[in-house]
Amino acid sequence: MKPILEIRGLSKQYHLGARRGPKMDNLRELLQRRISAPFSALMGKDGESGRVELQSFWALKDVSFDIEQGQVLGVIGRNGAGKSTLLKILSRITSPTSGHVTVRGRLASLLEVGTGFHPELTGRENIFLNGAILGMRKAEIRRHFDEIVAFAEVERFLDTPVKHYSSGMYVRLAFAVAAHLNPEILVVDEVLAVGDLAFQKKCLGKMGEVSRGGRTVLFVSHNMAAVENLCSRGVVLHCGELEFDGGAKDAIQYYLNSLSTRSGTGHVVELDDVGERTSRLAPLLKRMEFLTGDDEPLNEGLPIGSGLKIKVHFDLPKLTSNFNVGIGFNNTYSQRIFTAASIFEPNRWETECVGPQVLSCEIPSFTLMPGEYAVKVWLDVNSSEADAIEDAVKIRVLDSDYYGTGRVPWNGTFVLKHRWRLQQSAGATPSAMVTKK
Amino acid sequence: MSTTFELTIRPRKGWQPIDLKEIYLYWELLAFLVWRDVKIRYRQTLLGGAWALLQPFIAMLIFSFIFNRLAHVQSDGPPYKLFAYAGLVPWTFFSASVTQSSNSLIANHQLVSKVYFPRIFIPLGSVLALLLDLALSLCLFAVMMIYYRWPLTPAVLWLPVFLLGAILAASGTGLILSALNVSFRDVKYAVPFMVQMGLFVTPVIYPVRYVPAKWQALMGLNPMAGVVIGFRHALLGSEASWQVIAVSLCTSVILFVAGLLIFRRMEAKFADII
Repeated sequence: MKPILEIRGLSKQYHLGARRGPKMDNLRELLQRRISAPFSALMGKDGESGRVELQSFWALKDVSFDIEQGQVLGVIGRNGAGKSTLLKILSRITSPTSGHVTVRGRLASLLEVGTGFHPELTGRENIFLNGAILGMRKAEIRRHFDEIVAFAEVERFLDTPVKHYSSGMYVRLAFAVAAHLNPEILVVDEVLAVGDLAFQKKCLGKMGEVSRGGRTVLFVSHNMAAVENLCSRGVVLHCGELEFDGGAKDAIQYYLNSLSTRSGTGHVVELDDVGERTSRLAPLLKRMEFLTGDDEPLNEGLPIGSGLKIKVHFDLPKLTSNFNVGIGFNNTYSQRIFTAASIFEPNRWETECVGPQVLSCEIPSFTLMPGEYAVKVWLDVNSSEADAIEDAVKIRVLDSDYYGTGRVPWNGTFVLKHRWRLQQSAGATPSAMVTKK
Repeated sequence: MSTTFELTIRPRKGWQPIDLKEIYLYWELLAFLVWRDVKIRYRQTLLGGAWALLQPFIAMLIFSFIFNRLAHVQSDGPPYKLFAYAGLVPWTFFSASVTQSSNSLIANHQLVSKVYFPRIFIPLGSVLALLLDLALSLCLFAVMMIYYRWPLTPAVLWLPVFLLGAILAASGTGLILSALNVSFRDVKYAVPFMVQMGLFVTPVIYPVRYVPAKWQALMGLNPMAGVVIGFRHALLGSEASWQVIAVSLCTSVILFVAGLLIFRRMEAKFADII
């Protein structure tokens, strides 16, 4: 039997910096530059915000693999590795630059929960609309209607406009519709990142049910536990290329190893090499340096509670004092635990700068719990995002005797210095406490 | 579900034919999009659907005061109010359709970037959804006919033809503008001017005979000129210049076909640039 999905030499090129468009677009931009040039000369400022030369990059480079019917495939990789682009091509939202895909079956994709939901429409109306958008026939939706409503647990609010729904209800309803799609091939992108834990479990259960039903599933997620749980096979994408194809467990292992080798390359991280920028932004961020509180290079992990200094090297495209560097720390569940940003600095510098800059961030005591944290770094110029790199590097926090008691903290997301005192209960007599009961 | 179904995804470049099979497969979604637009258009308004009637009606009152009373523009027979309203009914449909459909892709950008279905449904849906408003304003027109005791003629049988002309003209313009709007947001600012200009170059508030004979030939290039003249002929029995109508209807058809082709050509890049 022929494979249900055949991917052959699939590539997709995007243009960075300038928006993609027909030639006329560039002509207009040219005109615009001509017109704005005298103004910018007068005002001593570049009229355009961080525009860079037209650069192209390959979001997907010559990717080929087959998927057999009934396989559940996990697609893993860092942000910008090309996972979403692959899913978008398979769902026919965007077309490839070269290569082709043969699809042998009805394919439905779920790239976002609740696409096309309209806040003014009621739950009932949205079930039909969303179902139709996802490719269900009216009769099919009607057949599954009761199941959908039961799964979403929104019976009482069916005729309420969804703008009055809580976010949890909204997500439940949206997922319920999608979960009752009946395609031969289901393509799912990171939709489980939403909703509360209980509902996430329910969704995973439903997905497992779908895959056991003999359907083919392509599943993109950062949730390694979910990938391991659901998928039999895994592929790892890196910078648009297929790096690994094998069992799900091996793929996860490969991916995690590749992360740690990349983070273990010393205390200086060249951000140009990372090159996995979230969108078509200018590559202004150059490198990050990680130092301990005593300005020693940080190569190993960081003991909990010790000092951390991060130097961010970047380029400012134009003379301005309005710029901000942010550093975000995400845990392994991709939840943001802590954000450091230069706008939070009370003694801010007012000097206008241009060209290469270094901002140094000092955290006297880094109190996140032991574990790995993905570091996101970004640069805002004139209050708009100019560059951003998700998962620029992983930082490892190590166990240490933070409280000075020899006891290692074992629970929670961070540690805080705190004191305990035993106080004599003044005023309250033992008999008073008894009567209170 | 058949397992014989096979589809190949390839790079898309250049002109594309219209995929009728796909449109047939997805037509239910078009119906849903139209239904959604109708449902939400007047949600959370006090007057609701009455707005569909009020827009052309108030325009008619203002125009009859300014053009008929003050500027002494005369109709070609029927009472001026009836005359102006018969022109405003298709014109309001056209201007609202063009305004809404040209903005429709941007307004539905999450649909464009997150799901697949024939993209032409988005602008077409917003045009078709306005047919309900058109039907409502025709009902009001019937009431006005009774009030003015103006008889209906057999010419009313022509109405579907001109209705189709209006749909083709509005869809064609909407398809082109919505596709352009994805790359050039200038469209958003240009459309209100275009619509306003259109009102004056189309014989909505004045009869065709006000236009010098040598210019009348040019009117055929305006797809809505034929529709407006035709609506008046069908509804009021006014004399019609068939030459203008014929050329103008041809323009509508050409505009529609061009709209489809241009849209299909630009469609491949929508998700990347929206």
